[in-house]
Amino acid sequence: MVTVAEKMRAKQALTGAEAVAHAMRQIEPHVVAAYPITPQTPIVEYFAQFVADGLVKTEMIPVESEHSAMSAVVGAAASGARAMTATSANGLALMHEVVYITASMRLPVVMPVVNRALSGPINIHCDHSDSMAERDSGWIQLYAENNQEAYELTILAVRLAESEEVRLPVMVCLDGFILSHGVEPVEIYPDDQVKNFVGEAKPYYPLLDTSHPVTYGPIDLYDYYFEHKRQQIEGMKGAKRLFPAIAQEFEKAFGKRYDFVERYRTDDADCVIVALGSTNSTIKYAVDWMREEGQKVGLLKLWTFRPFPKEEIRKALDGKKAVVVLDRAASFGAEAPLYEAVKSSLYNAAHRPAMGSYIYGLGGRDIRPEDIRKAADNALKGELNADEQMYLGLRE
Amino acid sequence: MPITMKELALEFDKKNPGITQGHRLCPGCGAPITAKFVLMVAKHLGYDPLVGVATGCLEVSTTIYPYTAWSIPYIHNAFENVSATVSGVETASRALKKWGKIPQDKRHAFIAFGGDGGTYDIGLQSLSGAVERGHNFLYVLYDNEGYMNTGNQRSGSTPPGAQTTTAPVGKVIPGKPQLKKNIVEIIAAHENVYAATVSLSDPVDFFNKVEKGLNFQGPAFLAAISPCVRFWRVPESDTVKIARLAVESNYWPLYEVEKGVYRVTRKPKSFKPVEEFLKSQGRFRPLLSRPDADKIVGELQAYVDARWERLLALEEATKDKPIRK
Repeated sequence: MVTVAEKMRAKQALTGAEAVAHAMRQIEPHVVAAYPITPQTPIVEYFAQFVADGLVKTEMIPVESEHSAMSAVVGAAASGARAMTATSANGLALMHEVVYITASMRLPVVMPVVNRALSGPINIHCDHSDSMAERDSGWIQLYAENNQEAYELTILAVRLAESEEVRLPVMVCLDGFILSHGVEPVEIYPDDQVKNFVGEAKPYYPLLDTSHPVTYGPIDLYDYYFEHKRQQIEGMKGAKRLFPAIAQEFEKAFGKRYDFVERYRTDDADCVIVALGSTNSTIKYAVDWMREEGQKVGLLKLWTFRPFPKEEIRKALDGKKAVVVLDRAASFGAEAPLYEAVKSSLYNAAHRPAMGSYIYGLGGRDIRPEDIRKAADNALKGELNADEQMYLGLRE
Repeated sequence: MPITMKELALEFDKKNPGITQGHRLCPGCGAPITAKFVLMVAKHLGYDPLVGVATGCLEVSTTIYPYTAWSIPYIHNAFENVSATVSGVETASRALKKWGKIPQDKRHAFIAFGGDGGTYDIGLQSLSGAVERGHNFLYVLYDNEGYMNTGNQRSGSTPPGAQTTTAPVGKVIPGKPQLKKNIVEIIAAHENVYAATVSLSDPVDFFNKVEKGLNFQGPAFLAAISPCVRFWRVPESDTVKIARLAVESNYWPLYEVEKGVYRVTRKPKSFKPVEEFLKSQGRFRPLLSRPDADKIVGELQAYVDARWERLLALEEATKDKPIRK
């Protein structure tokens, strides 16, 4: 029996970047190819130091761009190696072409994405425009609320990606600076426990098995391309099916429970706020604050954005009076990406809630509990218009 | 030990150099001959070759799903990233040896193939990065001097005046004004590299350079002149003949640069005029029918002559003076 005191002792004050680097150290991939970009840089720096100090056997490829990072990772993963990279914003955009190829080759690559606003104008701070631009790339997307989650989800992601039913790459999204550079107490699990959980990589059709030659990346025209895309769709369904079992194993190993969504004080809530990433901590604070004043507010946090947990969202939100969705990204000329998806999930709800969409925090603009309160207050007053785009923390 | 023609003939007789018949490249295409030359030598030397191919003719025509013409491990990723992709494969092999997943004595040969688009232009950064990092791989450029896969567009390798669809010879502009990039010197400038030109017309020289490239500890680069029958407007039967004319006219001098040391591998007593090379191909016909043809051809001839003088001087100047150990 581990006491709380012992657990607290095991906690270290770590930035999200360092916590993720520790996850990578414990996973000990055969190959890491990466290119530095703010705010992902410290992940690569910490990991390079682990390599330099001989703490891992990993071969690191210090590539000349993110496009080459993802390309080298594809080569390594197709060869039968466990391969990882990490990036942010413009780096992810530069990879874009190969991000799709990685998924289509069914290579189980895990990539921490430190969320940063996509240029232009150039900005280095947090929003989700970078990972949202890859939402249809065929990658699984997990979002971390805090540094502990960024660490844990990176470990969990390896198992999810490499499962036979899935064989898809995973982005572990953590908010730039807020998490990557923010220091929090993080419990780093013993190395052997993590290694035991992730297990050995089981390669499928590795290129390096020269006695069984395979062709990766053939030209695939109208007679098969469609079926192969369908297989990717089924792979993502596999991720949806399998995630609870892997989460359960994770809980057994480390005592932390993951799910598609986290319901925070939603059971009796009239108004539920939906969000991704670190803002969920701020929302929890605002929810507690409003609850103290007797207002029935709750939070639905999404851990998985791809596969999108439609059923779980419907189950949590059906019958609520109001739902407010906070997006840290815009989709110009259409509804914000998270809002659009949540709204669509409620199409078949028995009792559709009133809905409101707020865009907040673009380019790292701070989001305060007061902002969230304002959004929830409006919702509770019945002032939501499902077609109106609203903003938090924006000068008009 | 240089490979003899007899040994190569025996290798060829096995009919499985790694790329087999049944692909859909044009009859007379230089690319599959180039690939076969390279792979035959690799196999003959006891290597287990793995190939990466950049998007282009060689790629689209050999792997039309559900078929593949490759009997060895093959990966195509995208157009501009074959070098980065192969550097990932090569690194994985080193890592998996370290982990004991692959036998230590396994002799893989990592070979990247790219056309001139994937090498001179869109793939140059990826290639430069992989060469700078020192991956142990052989990059083979099949240079057909244009974007032939997409239908004859200008590339950084297209010679002046060659008819292409994006730098056509028009009433006012006489086609592409720029000379080819010197890709071999660009790669040679990475210093810790073996870089050479080869031609299908000089197979023994070609084989020797493949052998040197494969045995070189680090990155190696071969530039093969690779006539495109379709857009050079030449008969299918003349591929090797045109490649020979390129060498005989000094349009494509045969040389190598090993860690900064230049060596000219073919030094004939005299060269044919470049005009003979140009006249052999339909792609230069619009240029040659222009009133200012002589001027443009003369400029190309002057360049070819000056390059040769410079090459000989570099050979002399760099003799026994490798820039890297």
